[in-house]
This record gives sequence, C-alpha cells and structure tokens, in this order.
Amino acid sequence: MSATDTQDPNRRDFLYVATGMAAVVGAGAVAWPFIDQMRPDASTLALASVEVDVSSLTPGMSLIVKWRGKPVVVRNRTEQEMKDGEAVNLADLKDPIARNANLPADAPATDANRTTPGKEAWMVMVQVCTHLGCIPLGQEGDFGGWFCPCHGSVYDTAGRIRKGPAPENMAVPVFKFISDTKILIG
Amino acid sequence: MSEGHSTYTPKTGIERWFDARMPLPRMVYDSFIAYPVPRNLNYAWTFGGILAIMLVAQILTGIVLAMHYTADTNLAFNSVEKIMRDVNSGWLLRYLHSNGASFFFVAVYIHIFRGLYYGSYKAPRELLWILGCIIYLLMMATGFMGYVLPWGQMSFWGATVITGFFSAIPLVGDWIQQLLLGGFAVDNPTLNRFFALHYLLPFMIAGVVVLHVWALHVVGQSNPTGIEVKSKTDTVAFTPYATIKDAFGMIVFLFFFAYFVFYLPNFLGHPDNYTVANPLKTPAHIVPEWYFLPFYAILRAITFNIGPINSKLGGVLCMFGAIVMLFLVPWLDTSKVRSAVYRPWYKLFFWLFAADAVLLGWLGSQPAEGSFVFMAQMATLFYFAFFLVVLPVLGLIETPRRLPNSITEAVLEKNKGAGGGHPAGANAAPETKG
Repeated sequence: MSATDTQDPNRRDFLYVATGMAAVVGAGAVAWPFIDQMRPDASTLALASVEVDVSSLTPGMSLIVKWRGKPVVVRNRTEQEMKDGEAVNLADLKDPIARNANLPADAPATDANRTTPGKEAWMVMVQVCTHLGCIPLGQEGDFGGWFCPCHGSVYDTAGRIRKGPAPENMAVPVFKFISDTKILIG
Repeated sequence: MSEGHSTYTPKTGIERWFDARMPLPRMVYDSFIAYPVPRNLNYAWTFGGILAIMLVAQILTGIVLAMHYTADTNLAFNSVEKIMRDVNSGWLLRYLHSNGASFFFVAVYIHIFRGLYYGSYKAPRELLWILGCIIYLLMMATGFMGYVLPWGQMSFWGATVITGFFSAIPLVGDWIQQLLLGGFAVDNPTLNRFFALHYLLPFMIAGVVVLHVWALHVVGQSNPTGIEVKSKTDTVAFTPYATIKDAFGMIVFLFFFAYFVFYLPNFLGHPDNYTVANPLKTPAHIVPEWYFLPFYAILRAITFNIGPINSKLGGVLCMFGAIVMLFLVPWLDTSKVRSAVYRPWYKLFFWLFAADAVLLGWLGSQPAEGSFVFMAQMATLFYFAFFLVVLPVLGLIETPRRLPNSITEAVLEKNKGAGGGHPAGANAAPETKG
C-alpha cells in the first residue's frame, strides 16, 4: 500500500464517486426513452400545418379549422370590429404582449400586431382560452370579441384578454397567406 | 399492540410444515384473528375494511370492463355503449364500477374525517397517515383518468382543464402538459396512456395499502379516546369482535351502494358525458366529478394576482396546497391530546371545517360568477386558516377536558353514565381468546 491510499480522499473514494456517477448517468439514459415516448409523436407533429381556403369568407364571417387538435378561427373582421380593435389604449390591456408567433416575443399587443401586414382584416387565432383550455364563443361578451363560458374570460375583437381569469391574449399561430384566398397555418 | 410475540400454535402437520418454511398462516392468524384491537372502537373505524372491499370490487369490475372497452377516440364512446346494451350484465358491471368509484371516495372521506376528528395522525402514526394521503392522491389520479375513458364531453373537457393546470407552471409548464397529453390537445395518445395508467394505478394503490396496513399493525389502531392501549383489558381480539363489526359496517355501506347502483345509477354522473367528446365545442359548465368539487372551488376562487404569481398559477398552487395541508397535519397540530372528544374548541372547529368542506363542494358545482366567487374565496380562506392557524394555535391555548386513565376506565365510565340500557356483557372483561 502506498501512502496515498491512507490519505483522504484516497483512490477508493475516487472509485466510489466515479462508480456512483456512472450509475446515475446510466439510470438517466435508461429513464429517458421512457419519458421521451410520452412526447408528441411523429404522426402528431406531421399534422402541424394545414392549408385553408378562405375565398368564401365575406366580412363578418369566420370559419374554424382543426390544427394540432385545437380549433383555429379564421375571421374576416368587419370595419367596426377593426375600428374597435384599433381604438383600444394599450395601457388598458391585461396582457400587453401580442402573443403572435409571427412577431418577436415582446411585440406590443396593438391591433395590427395581432394580424398580419396588409391583411389587417383577418384574425387567425387559436380559439382556446388561455385560462384552462376551453373554447370561447365567438362574437359574444362585453367587448364584441370572444367569451369563454367556463370561467368567464372576455376577449376583444382582436382576441386580447380584457376581463376574467385568463392570463394571456389568445395565441396567434405561425401562418401566412400563400395566395389571396389561401392561408397556411403552422 | 405491536407485534411483540406470536400466539400462533400450529395444530396439524401441514400447518407445522408451512410454519417452518413460510409462516403465512401465522401471519394471517396474528394479523386478523388474535390481533388485539381497542375495545372501544366505534363504527367510524369500520371504514378501513370498507375501503379494502371497495378497492377489490373496483379492480374486479375494472378488469372485466377492460375486456370489452376500446381505448381509441373513434371507438371508446361506442364501446362503452356496447357494454351498456350488448354485453351480458355489462350495464351492471359498468354501474358498479362508476358508482363504486364514488362510494370509494365516500368511504375515504369518512375515513379521513374520522382521522382528523380523533387525532389519528399524531405520533407515532404520522407515517401511517402520510401513506393514507398517498393512497388518496393515487385514488384521485385513478378516478380522474377513469372518468376520461368513456370519451364523453365531460371526459374530454375535464381532461383538458385538469391537464391545463400544468401549463400554469412557469417555463416548463407547456412541455409537461405536452408530455402528459402526447400532443398539443387531448387526443388519441392521451386516451391510450390514461387507459394504461388507469389500469396500473389501482395495483399501486393496493401496494401502498399493504404498507398502510403494515404501519397500522406496528403502531396499533388509535381509538375514540385517543389514549394508547395500556393493558390487556383495553383490547379485544380482532376475531370475532372487529371482524363481525367490520362485516356489519360493510353490509350497511353496500346497502347504500346498491341503492345507487340499481335506482340512481347516473345521479352522481353528469348528463353531458352521454354526449360523445367534441374537441370544437365546450359544454356551458364544466364540472368535475363530485369528489373533486371542493378543490375545484378553491382553484376558481383565486381570481386575483398575488404579487408575481398570476391568478392561474395561484389557483393551481392553492388547489394542490389544499392537499399538501393534509400531509402536514401531524406537525401542524400542536395539541398533546389526540381525540376531539376531550378538546371542546377543536371539536367546534372540526365541525366548522367539515361544514366548510361541504360548502366548498357545493360552490364547486355552481358557476363561478357573482356572489359565489366571494363565498368561495371566504371558504378557501377558512380552509387554509383551519390548517395553518387553528391547528397550531389551538393546541397551545386550549384547555382539554380531563382524560380517563385508560380505555377500560373510559368505557366503564361511559356505560355507568348511560344507565341500565346496556346488556351486562358489555361491561364484562373481554374474552381472552386465542
């Protein structure tokens, strides 16, 4: 026995720690596939984009498409709805952030930032309440936008939260107009 | 009370052969025949046994239902209707299972409130209590996932709202929610994994029940006086005394259970769940199963931001906190006296708490608007005050009533006071059996 083996920390301590670390890494490597398999699978992710024909929508009409298992509303807003949306003072908003996946994460929630440039009449939005995931009803509530019947959240004509327990504006998904009458969501 | 020595003596050759190799008959004899139980146990103590048969009944009916059920979003709803209409005795098995879940919770709530009233959680029974809390948590997870399987409107939207709780967690919330759902919304992967877990969890419950009973047999049962067993006259043998009393309690309980199964099978359910799940339409009022209503009321009571915590996360934290309180009870209660029988102020607050829990349950079934919100906030405040203020403070300032010296003394005193209404045998020393 060399003298180093009697001093702390000695070679044996090192071996214990190294063995323990290897066991932890090994356990993690074994556990990961079991956790990983629970995440959205390839077929779920494959449905991550849909094409919508909106040629039939005149102002004041909306349609709902299912995207990633959730309803996405496409609404051709009326002049009045756009005016109402633009007239809102940003300081009055509960959530001042646009929540628009096509814009930087800190973009302010102006009416224009809730839509896409040149197509300000069109609201494309995941119609899921940001509180606990219910589907709000369209064109209802005090602000002429959406109203969630579950816990009473009220959204305005640009889908921004105005009243009730929901913390955020409804999400605008990644989308673009691929022609004048077609939208690609996702 | 503890397993100090065994009084089992194998009588036949086969028993001796087993006893030398694997003393299972000895364990059964020591645990369920000779096991000494306090002589003053009342009917509140029969709910442990009742819960055991409810668990067995749920597992049995559940396994046969699984043989007819299909966990696929296109087929699940119809497969449940097939069970109701086509499968022989299917209607009975399904009603037994769905009402059985409710009555399982009825029994567990009585069991928990009995523990709170008689201070059953106090040293040395803290671990026993915590194992019970874990069983309760597993029961809630199992009940929730079972309710999703019929794939009705309430199944779908209940699952959406409850998995939505996890999205309130900062930073990793959305990732965890997608991990639970296997997608971006409740869908086929969710239904499949809920079915697998709904099948697994009851067996995990059974495993924790074994630990619960083990812990019980180490520390012994508490009793209405809260005084520890001191001598042999304080106890009677498990068989026949506790077995017969438990059996009678079970029969009375099953009578109520059967009444619901045969005459009110859908009373505890929700009519919307007979509408097939529609991911594009939310029912007007989402209501969870009745046994979650108090917690649902607490969730919705938090309509305001608390500092940096927004109302959504605050509600979720309060709801989980309401259950965490139960885990902490052994250390929150500072009283040296166990039973509410000898704690006049605690007795009062206990009943106020029980009333508060029922009030929260009722508020949970009402729409979250108008004065209901304020009432739910007050009831939530009292719920937490009971655990965080009343339990610690009362133990320090309350003067308890005089405790009897022993269980035997308490029983004899009570029977003397009650006059000649009791048969003479009730006062006699318990038989020394086994």
